[in-house]
Amino acid sequence: MHRFANPARFTRIADRVLPFVAVATAAALGVGFYMALFVAPPDYQQGESVRIMYVHVPSAWMAMFIYVAIAVASAVALIWRHPLADLAAKASSPIGAGFAFLTLVTGSLWGRPMWGTWWEWDGRLTSMLILFFLYLGHMALMHAFDDQQRGYRAAAILALVGVINIPIIKFSVDWWATLHQPASVFRLDGPTIHPSMLWPLLITAVGFKLYYVTVVLLRIKSELIAARLRALDLARLKAS
Amino acid sequence: MKGLVIVIGRDLRLALRQSADAWLAVLFFVLTATLFPFGVGPEAATLRQIAPGVIWVVALLAVLLSLERLFLADFEDGSLEQLLLSPLPLEVAVLGKVAAHWLTTGLPLIAAAPLLALLFHMEPAGLLTLLLAMLLGTPVLSLIGAVGAALTLGARRGGVLIPLLVLPLYIPPLIFGVGATESALSGLSARPDLLLLGALLLVMLLVAPLAAAAALRQALE
Amino acid sequence: MTLFEGRNLDCRRGGRDVFAGLSFELPAGGALLLTGANGSGKSSLLRMLAGLLRPAGGAILWDGQPVGEDPGAHAARLHYLGHLDAVKPVLSVRENLRFWASLREGAEGQGAEGDGATAEDAGGGEAVPDDSVLGESGRLEAALDHFALGDLADVAGRLLSAGQRRRLALARLLAQPAALWLLDEPSVGLDHASVGRLAAAIAGHRARGGSVIVATHTALDLPDALPLSLDALAPPPLPEMIW
Repeated sequence: MHRFANPARFTRIADRVLPFVAVATAAALGVGFYMALFVAPPDYQQGESVRIMYVHVPSAWMAMFIYVAIAVASAVALIWRHPLADLAAKASSPIGAGFAFLTLVTGSLWGRPMWGTWWEWDGRLTSMLILFFLYLGHMALMHAFDDQQRGYRAAAILALVGVINIPIIKFSVDWWATLHQPASVFRLDGPTIHPSMLWPLLITAVGFKLYYVTVVLLRIKSELIAARLRALDLARLKAS
Repeated sequence: MKGLVIVIGRDLRLALRQSADAWLAVLFFVLTATLFPFGVGPEAATLRQIAPGVIWVVALLAVLLSLERLFLADFEDGSLEQLLLSPLPLEVAVLGKVAAHWLTTGLPLIAAAPLLALLFHMEPAGLLTLLLAMLLGTPVLSLIGAVGAALTLGARRGGVLIPLLVLPLYIPPLIFGVGATESALSGLSARPDLLLLGALLLVMLLVAPLAAAAALRQALE
Repeated sequence: MTLFEGRNLDCRRGGRDVFAGLSFELPAGGALLLTGANGSGKSSLLRMLAGLLRPAGGAILWDGQPVGEDPGAHAARLHYLGHLDAVKPVLSVRENLRFWASLREGAEGQGAEGDGATAEDAGGGEAVPDDSVLGESGRLEAALDHFALGDLADVAGRLLSAGQRRRLALARLLAQPAALWLLDEPSVGLDHASVGRLAAAIAGHRARGGSVIVATHTALDLPDALPLSLDALAPPPLPEMIW
């Protein structure tokens, strides 16, 4: 019965991999943030507040990356009915929502000195806000059913519909934003970004990815343990 | 094709015999819109400026209100499993139900839209574009809504959940719908927005029945 | 000769194994009587055989072909009667029945393949083309009459009693032919005379070469039906869930 063999193998592999990913996460984030805070130069216009970018931009990348990852996991879960794919989607959703939220908060903080307001209906921020709502819908649907399997499958279909809609939403929001206001300030200046800014950005981005891997592995593991406890409970109920 | 017509005919007949449901959406549409002058003041200039946005947002909410009953009755009385077990592909049955939903919800909203345009002092120049945009946009609302309604069947808080799932996906038709109307009002071409709405309709005609049918299948497992 | 077959079927609902290793063989014209305690999975098995529920393991074969390969053809060859009657309160009895019948008739193109697979299914409309137009409405009235609904034909569904609604659901079986009937507690709410009519309908169906699988707690006259008890198939209380 592969569905029971797999979790065992997964847990074994995860236990072996987890320490390394966790250490790598800490190292990458440590180095990345150090470089972002102390090595990278301040911006000639924005001053020190440009350092928010080193959290804001990788968070935005992660928020989008994780939604795509959920969609891939959902497709695997729907086509092959692989239980680990369901768990991966369930475990990823709150992390993605967290990164989307972090993007929104850092965007607001970063924009404050320039706009003079805590929120502007900037194209990129608005798209991120909608992505955040998509994450909330995914999480709510996942937990809306008494039968967890039902929740997995409904959320998987929603994730696939969502991933088709994300480019449409992005395009329509850009379309709308250009009508109403000038281009975004959250912009890396083309391909010629200076290495002193690029390196901290890339290293924190790698750190965020590793963080995601660590937390997803941990969350899947705890889901498996919870499932095992439920199975034991049920078995005891039947035996008595 | 014949199966599609049969499903549409049956749902239309059901809707007409329970016509209170269909009236409810239109009533909500008009009533909610009349709240805005109390909120923002009755100055003609202000109302004229917000007219396209208000009409679209309120139309969208009216459609949202009607979504829960799209599959719920059939789900609860066993019709849905019979529909799934009929030789008609479930995707076609979904398309039929969505078409009937649009005919009983979207179309009445379009019919009521000129009244709101009048109440909000909208320039007559924009009216035709508004109606055209609604003709393209409201089916998109029904199609996306069908996916949300199908996904939440049997959920603990189905009715509350639908807006959370559906509203973010309603933003593109809202943007293009309002965009078309505003372009026409400011003397620009509404063509790009209308074409985008049409493209969106085509995409959703393909995606939504597939996704909704998949959702219904797993709701019946 | 085996027409419909289940091999080693496993059923898993809500993280719980309901039954495992269930097998059966059903010939054309045969009947299978499902028995078992509450929760033993009779309804789940019928839903599985109808194609509503995917088995966790095993295979369901029609004429040697897995039914999952063409769910549309499988749906076309069966009638499933679940706990719910699928009766619309605002439609009359005849309208209710006509909708379901016309849906099958309307999609005969897709269904023809499935019907053709069973040579015994003499009820298939396409065998006798001139019968098909007149036959549809005639068959519908005959179905209403068989379950004594003729006088109620124009009454709205919401006015029916539970037993009358059940009879209307049963009339679907006769309004359009299908090779396989899957009946989940078909006699719930029926009076004595109606149970007799149901037995007669099943007997007629089998005489025409149709097969039937019934789950029931009440006595239903099913001559030489093969019994299938699900009680023995419950998995051990402590399965290999504990990895």
